Amino acid sequence: MAVETKKLEVKYGDKLILKGADFKAEDGQVVTIIGPNGSGKTTLIKALSRYIKAHSGSIYLRGRDIYSISTKEIAREMAILPQVKHVSADITIEALVAYGRYPHLRFGQRMGRKDRKIVDWAIEKTGLRELRGRYIGQLSGGESQRAWIAMALAQKPKILVLDEPTTYLDISFQLEVLELVRELNLSLGITVIMVLHDLNQAARYSDRIYVLKDGDIRQFGSPHKIIREKMLKDVFRIKSHIYQDKVNGCPYFIAHKII
Amino acid sequence: MKRNMIIIGLVIFSIVGFFISVGVGAVKISPKDIIRSILYGKDTVNYQIIWNVRIPRTIVAALVGISLSLSGAILQGIMRNPLAGPNIIGVSSGGGFFAFIILIVFPHYYYLVPIGAFLGALIATLFIYSLAWKEGVLPTRLVLAGVAVSSLFSAGSNGLMIFHPDRVQGVINFMVGGLSAITWNDVRMIFPYTLMGIIAILFLPNKLNILMLGDEVSTGLGLKVEKTRFIFIIISSLLAGSAVSVVGLLGFVGLIVPHMVRLFIGSDYRYLFPGTIFFGASLVMICDTLSRTLFAPAEIPVGIIMSALGAPFFLYLLRKKEGI
Repeated sequence: MAVETKKLEVKYGDKLILKGADFKAEDGQVVTIIGPNGSGKTTLIKALSRYIKAHSGSIYLRGRDIYSISTKEIAREMAILPQVKHVSADITIEALVAYGRYPHLRFGQRMGRKDRKIVDWAIEKTGLRELRGRYIGQLSGGESQRAWIAMALAQKPKILVLDEPTTYLDISFQLEVLELVRELNLSLGITVIMVLHDLNQAARYSDRIYVLKDGDIRQFGSPHKIIREKMLKDVFRIKSHIYQDKVNGCPYFIAHKII
Repeated sequence: MKRNMIIIGLVIFSIVGFFISVGVGAVKISPKDIIRSILYGKDTVNYQIIWNVRIPRTIVAALVGISLSLSGAILQGIMRNPLAGPNIIGVSSGGGFFAFIILIVFPHYYYLVPIGAFLGALIATLFIYSLAWKEGVLPTRLVLAGVAVSSLFSAGSNGLMIFHPDRVQGVINFMVGGLSAITWNDVRMIFPYTLMGIIAILFLPNKLNILMLGDEVSTGLGLKVEKTRFIFIIISSLLAGSAVSVVGLLGFVGLIVPHMVRLFIGSDYRYLFPGTIFFGASLVMICDTLSRTLFAPAEIPVGIIMSALGAPFFLYLLRKKEGI
């Protein structure tokens, strides 16, 4: 098991946001978390990535309690791309990707030949070779998201956690990013845990989907099991019809109206 | 490679700045004579001028430039705020308030001003940091707490001046920041902190680069965000506090030098730090030379020169550079 939580509770102040979530991501799978706004998706991601501390319950990273592992060691196992990221516009792609080597360096240590090779590899993998010297400020939304994914790859993680990786991208860049993520999952065996807003994309790119509402996990399972008219009605308050995408072998839906 | 060349250029600039600052004044001394006097001419007049007056003053100018600029560069990084400078963590207002208490209320103890200002700067920083703490410190909360606490200390300083109008004259030099009457004692006061700051930042540029990516990304990369931020804040407070204790309120240096260097060199701290060190040192040395010589024999405090020259140059760079 790559990541597992047991009875995970998270509070903001006095408010209980996650109410005892049991979440599992198996090795080599793409696991997507869906749910309406305010359902606790991002909170779950932030707890998994040790950015906010659990109020109670436990989180296991490959069988070990996450709070018993040093933060650098976690970073060598699991890479995280949150929604909120900052970077100076005058940093090059290459420099950004090289930050991914930070957890592998000791205090004051500089990058060696092996680290540089890994940076090159990450740039290559994300199709940024031609752009590596460009400044982040000059990139399109899709390119800069790929640069961040390259930084995460340079960590050489076994698990990749993404919080809404397609936000602010147009449809072709959205697909480009998701195709890249799926490709990394298939070719490198990286376990992917992500939050997506677009349910049809979740259906298409996931092995498993978790449905969150009001801080509870309502359902989980394969896309075919999850993307159903009843779930869309109960969780998202929409009346819809389900179709089959024969090209990609996954279900998709069209929303007719709000209930 | 281009960035390395810029740094080499700045090193040369600061060496030139050193010789200008030591050589120019009421008595002009050529670089050759400077070196000769230091090495051989212990009994000459030139040696007296150079060794007892100009060199300590030049060294303090350089160290102050380095300390304030590094402090500003660090704070702009951890706050991710281009307006951050030593003022934002209360160094100027806190240091100023404590210095004012001594200068105005206990003027007989004027020799305690450096120590008082230094302690005041540190206390103000810790005060601001603890006020901003709430399950961690967010940069925006830190900036806001800094603004509030600073205005509190400034109110105290202004109050002191209102109640003791007869003693205001004594604090003016401190307020604008000046380097007159600097001795080797001042060098000893500031040197350890500048050295500590330089050593610390040699090991830490990567941590600051990572911190710039935001708290969540930094955590994801395995950086202990709160601990690192606290260490950086303490380092910048010690740096700026030691500078303020020797020259008074010269905070502007800490705001503009890192920015100017950033415009040439970019935001990567592996290059920004060395660039900031050499440019900060040169700028204050040269401005101090101007402050001594422009209206000689009268002397205008270096803080005024800094602002008068620095601000327009800074604005020029800002207009010229695209995309910022």
